[in-house]
Parts: sequence; structure tokens; C-alpha cells
Amino acid sequence: MKILKLFFIIFFIISSSNLEANMDDMKIKITKNLRCLICQGQSVYDSDSEFANSMKVLVDKKLNEGLSENQIYDYFKEKYGEWILYDPTLNKNTYILWLLPILIFLIGGAIVAKNFKLKG
Amino acid sequence: MNNKILKITTITIFIIIFIVFYKALQDTNIYTPKKKSNNEIPLFSAQLFNSNKQISSTELFKLDKFYLLNIWSSWCVPCRTEHSLLMDLTKNNEIEIIGLNYKDKKRNAENFLNELGNPYKKIIFDKEGINAIEWGAFGVPESFLINNGIVIKKYIGPLNKELVEEIKLLIK
Repeated sequence: MKILKLFFIIFFIISSSNLEANMDDMKIKITKNLRCLICQGQSVYDSDSEFANSMKVLVDKKLNEGLSENQIYDYFKEKYGEWILYDPTLNKNTYILWLLPILIFLIGGAIVAKNFKLKG
Repeated sequence: MNNKILKITTITIFIIIFIVFYKALQDTNIYTPKKKSNNEIPLFSAQLFNSNKQISSTELFKLDKFYLLNIWSSWCVPCRTEHSLLMDLTKNNEIEIIGLNYKDKKRNAENFLNELGNPYKKIIFDKEGINAIEWGAFGVPESFLINNGIVIKKYIGPLNKELVEEIKLLIK
């Protein structure tokens, strides 16, 4: 019985610390993708400005409330616009950004393939 | 024929790249937020400065009235310069000024108000700076003109005489 109790305690400690570690990882991931309001070349994670620190606290709070990563991004997007994210989603303003590299890669690939065929 | 297609595609790609770069270089690197918002005020609950009581946004901002939410702090130097203008605005009965004390020490904030006067009907005590983020603020000071639960205009940075005149015109 004692062994069982001990096992449960160890299991509880490990799982709770694991959960905390997961939360921390998620917090780091989210704050790295949020742009600092004051020093605009930096992420919230890297910045130590007052507003960046407030945003870190808020991300923590939202994670504890059970919000998902995307829900937190949506929350900040609603307040500050798409600009706040370093990794913008695909929409009418960003489709060139997303599609142009793929398009250039495909066309370039086609040209290279054609040249090889011609030489062959 | 093949050569012609190759030439056309190469030229098109270069034109597209040129347009993208040209447009991107025209834009300023520093993001300037929209000042006209017409957004609804956020729903929040916050701690009052003078007591530990929590107050909700609906209690704070009644409909059919003009409000100016002013984010300030005792450590913020530009807040000092705009403070006399806020004091002047209190003479206008059409508008109520609500303060949002951002990441401040209570004693310093009290000293600030004792020295320069208190233009605020109510003050939110935002110790962790979360309320300011909920408002979508970019810095201190910042002011939001509110009517009917909607932010009519956002003033980033300290207010000046011209902007206060503009506020007076807007609330007439």
C-alpha cells in the first residue's frame, strides 16, 4: 500500500511538472511570435520593455484560462491587427508573401528541368 | 518558341519582384497604428485606484456620454506635460475623464496627483499592465475618446492644445 502511495505521489509530481514545462514551452513559442510594441524589431520574448512584460503576463494568464495558441493569437490580432504576429496567416493581404516563393520555385524548377531535357 | 516563353516568364517574374520590392520600400518600417478606430470598448474588470473594489467596463462607461480614457503613470515624463490640458478639460461638463494608471507605485501616483491635480472621475489601477493591453494601447500616455461604448478616436502620445480643441469640437 505504501509503495502504491509513493508511486502515485511520484507520478503526480512528474505529470504536474511536465504540464508546467509544456505551458512554459507554449508561452515561449507564443511570445516569440508576438512583435514587441515598443522595439519593433524584437519579439515580445526578447524584449524587456514594460509593454512586452505586460504581454508576457497576459499570455500566461490566457494559457491558464485554457486558451489555445491560435485563440491567443486571435486575441492579440483583434487588439493590434495582423502586424502583431511574426508568422502571419494566409489572407488577402499576405497571399503574395506566401505564394510568390512557391511560384518562383516552381517556375525555376520547370526551367531547369526543361534545360536538362534539352541537353539530354 | 521555347525561348520566347522563357523570356516572357523571366521578365514577368522580374516585374513582379520589382513591384513587390518597390511597394515594400515605399512603406515605412515603423508601424503606425490606425488612429480612427470605431471599435467597441473591451469588456474587462479592473481594480479601482482608491479602493480594492473591482469595477467592470459597463459600470465605468455609461452609454450616451463622452469619456476620455487616459493612460498615465507618474514615471512617464510626457504625462506631466499633458496633465494641465486634462485639468483644463475637466471644466467641460460634456466629458468625463477616466484614468488608467499604468504599472505605477501607488504612492508615486498619489504624489503626482497631489502635485498636479486630479482630473480623473475614476482611476483604474493597472498594476501589471494587462488592462492597457486589453485596450490595445501602444504606450504611455495614450487617450481614447469614447461615446456609446465605442472608441471614436485614439490619441497615441501626449495630448497638445490642438488635440484638446479637436476633442472639444468632437463632443459638442
